[in-house]
Amino acid sequence: MSENIVLKKGLDIPISGCASLHVSKSMIPALVAVQPDGIKGLLPRLLVKEGDRVLCGSPVIADKKKPDILLCAPASGTVKEVVRGEKRKLLAVLIETDAAQEYARIDTSNVKTALLQSGLWTLFTQRPYGVLADPAITPKAIFVSAFHTAPLAADLEFTLGDQVQAIQKGIDALGEIAPVHVSINGALKNSAFSSLTGCTVHRFKGKHPAGNVGVQISHISPIIKGDTVWTITLNGVAAVGRLMSSGRVDVRRKVAVCGPAALQPSYVETLPGTPVKDFAPFYGNSADEVRIISGDVLSGVSVGLNGYLGWNDDQLTIIHEGYDKELLGWIRPLRFNQFSSDRSYFSWLLPGKKYDMSTNLHGGPRPFLMNENYYTKVLPMDIYPVFLAKACLAGDIEKMEKFGIYEVLPEDLALCEFVDPSKCYIQDMIERGIDLMIKEMA
Amino acid sequence: MNKIFEKGGKLYWLHSTVDAFETFLHVPGTVTLKGSHVRDSIDLKRLLILVVIAAAPAALFGMWNVGYQHGLAMGQTGVHILEYFWFGFLKVLPLYLVSYIVGLAIEFASSQIRGEEVSEGYLVSGFFIPLIVPVDIPLWMLALAVSFAVIFGKEVFGGTGMNIWNPALLTRAFLFFSYPNYMSGSECWIAFKKGETAVADAFTGATPLALDGPAQYGTGFWDLFIGTVPGSVGETSVIAILLGAFLLLWTGIASWKIMCGSIAGALLVGWIGNIAGITDIPFYMQLLYGGFAFGTVFMATDPVTSCQTECGKWIYGVLIGMLCITVRLFNPGYAEGMMLAILLMNTFAPLIDHCVTSVHISRRLKKLNAA
Repeated sequence: MSENIVLKKGLDIPISGCASLHVSKSMIPALVAVQPDGIKGLLPRLLVKEGDRVLCGSPVIADKKKPDILLCAPASGTVKEVVRGEKRKLLAVLIETDAAQEYARIDTSNVKTALLQSGLWTLFTQRPYGVLADPAITPKAIFVSAFHTAPLAADLEFTLGDQVQAIQKGIDALGEIAPVHVSINGALKNSAFSSLTGCTVHRFKGKHPAGNVGVQISHISPIIKGDTVWTITLNGVAAVGRLMSSGRVDVRRKVAVCGPAALQPSYVETLPGTPVKDFAPFYGNSADEVRIISGDVLSGVSVGLNGYLGWNDDQLTIIHEGYDKELLGWIRPLRFNQFSSDRSYFSWLLPGKKYDMSTNLHGGPRPFLMNENYYTKVLPMDIYPVFLAKACLAGDIEKMEKFGIYEVLPEDLALCEFVDPSKCYIQDMIERGIDLMIKEMA
Repeated sequence: MNKIFEKGGKLYWLHSTVDAFETFLHVPGTVTLKGSHVRDSIDLKRLLILVVIAAAPAALFGMWNVGYQHGLAMGQTGVHILEYFWFGFLKVLPLYLVSYIVGLAIEFASSQIRGEEVSEGYLVSGFFIPLIVPVDIPLWMLALAVSFAVIFGKEVFGGTGMNIWNPALLTRAFLFFSYPNYMSGSECWIAFKKGETAVADAFTGATPLALDGPAQYGTGFWDLFIGTVPGSVGETSVIAILLGAFLLLWTGIASWKIMCGSIAGALLVGWIGNIAGITDIPFYMQLLYGGFAFGTVFMATDPVTSCQTECGKWIYGVLIGMLCITVRLFNPGYAEGMMLAILLMNTFAPLIDHCVTSVHISRRLKKLNAA
């Protein structure tokens, strides 16, 4: 067993509404969406039309440039609607599901073809840049994080503790593509995943973002120019394992429905692409006053009431919209109900307190004013976040390379954005920088 | 906000101003658009008001001291807390009015031109400026200096967060080079009423720095530590400044590396001066004289104009301390070196950062290539 890698920097945001450890509902939703939009680098080409019958695992969308890459139906049924946005952009394919599921048979003799054919290939994220993995490349390694540290994130020991066999099968399969590294929670004495074989197991201990795979990579084997690595979620590995043992696509997962505005936060077993409306019992009558986020509060996507659970997400966070104005709020000395990691507030006096946080910005956007160390205290990586963000703003490719653009995805700097008193959109700056890199380096 | 202040409305030219007052009254109901959906409660208003609170003891003591020094010059004795404070308050109040009215007017106008919200940065600069100028400075001079500092020191670079030099120190530098008669000598540091002159025998109003050695009036360790000596309004009391320093260090707004570096640099050069026989002022006394303490705590640690990198902060701090004492030892014409030391190091801070990040980058590349 490898030693703990202890990360001292970071911040666990004490937000209320943690999902209690029981599955309150298990469902195959009546309607399920296949969304190409959340997958960076995918140019969707539609393979079905309205009224077509699809099996669970039959292709729905293919990539225009690399037609091997497919997005498949997560459940069997009939294509009900093709949703398009502005300029006829393909947003989602809605499938009305069958009561009894029928599965497409996938040949699992070759791992790569099986993954491509089953659509599970799109579970991979390729770094640098966080894009769709290129089947023509053999990556240096595949990284998996076996624990979440993001605010209110699903407890993978609970959701996947009974899937260790499938995960092991998945790791064996991935091992045929590239060496696999799994990072487990070093704070736990006996993690369900510590017995995994066929991969290198690393133990990480620390506050968020210790569970972010990007942070783990930077401590295991940092990415340099020319390197390519892939990452996949643990839910993804389990789905790969199930595919390998049964030849069926089964992407069901336990999703943590959580957040300060969630009623009785708990777990729901469902499919990615489940409509938000199917989670209605969790937000009840307050639909107009809440923001629904597929993912965590730091880097999830606000999907709205008409949205769907994201392809890679196992968390749905519901928080209040913070439109309230607070009279003279910034100068009030105490403000015990507001969380701040800064010592100018008194949150440090109440270490166990959980806060009902809203989407309020708590200030106005300003230029960067504080120094690097204000941000690096929550970033356990060897980079200068402000210099990197400024290089991205300036579009200076050379500087972006030097300050470590290959190592980061926006989510890794999410906490810097959270603590920023200048209220900058740091993740957006990094995102634009990465987009520029993709464009210039192509 | 009312429609007429929005783009296309009749009063759009007042947009930034209205917005500034509105956000002053409320934490606005703005919500996050993307990225991190929740945010820390800290904002710049909160951070910067803390700096003002930290400087408040120095300012309050300074006002009393203005009265006290006036009393001494008039031959009075005693402490007379309220009476002296009131005298000083009335003397300093016009400086504050000029500093804030002129500075904020420019700030509001340029924010409007840029189409941005008004930034809080001047809240702090405006508070510092009256504390580092002679109390009897003619108000029109101050107004001119503030305009210069805010326009050419800050707005032309893009406003708060973009400036190279500390705007408060730039104000002082402008006054110093444009009106040296008002900024040096023995009379300028004491407030007088119209027509008054010093009556006390053998009284000299020069700051201790302008005197030759510590032997004279009011320059003992405790006088300097408590601050009952002539000088700029806010700079004399080391103990009041220390109170502010504790607050700034506790909240982490100011960097302890810069403060410690500056003190270490000053002690080193002061000590060299002692053993080389250049000065007979004990090296530790250098920390109490003039603007050193105020500069170290409030000016050098300005996060915008100081170094960004942690290693750079040490270099920056040490050089400020060394330069300040060097100026004191070798330039008898103008004994106060802190202002020039900080402004000079402000200029070099980006260069220091560049060197530190270059080293960091090459070290990182080596490490990555080895891995």
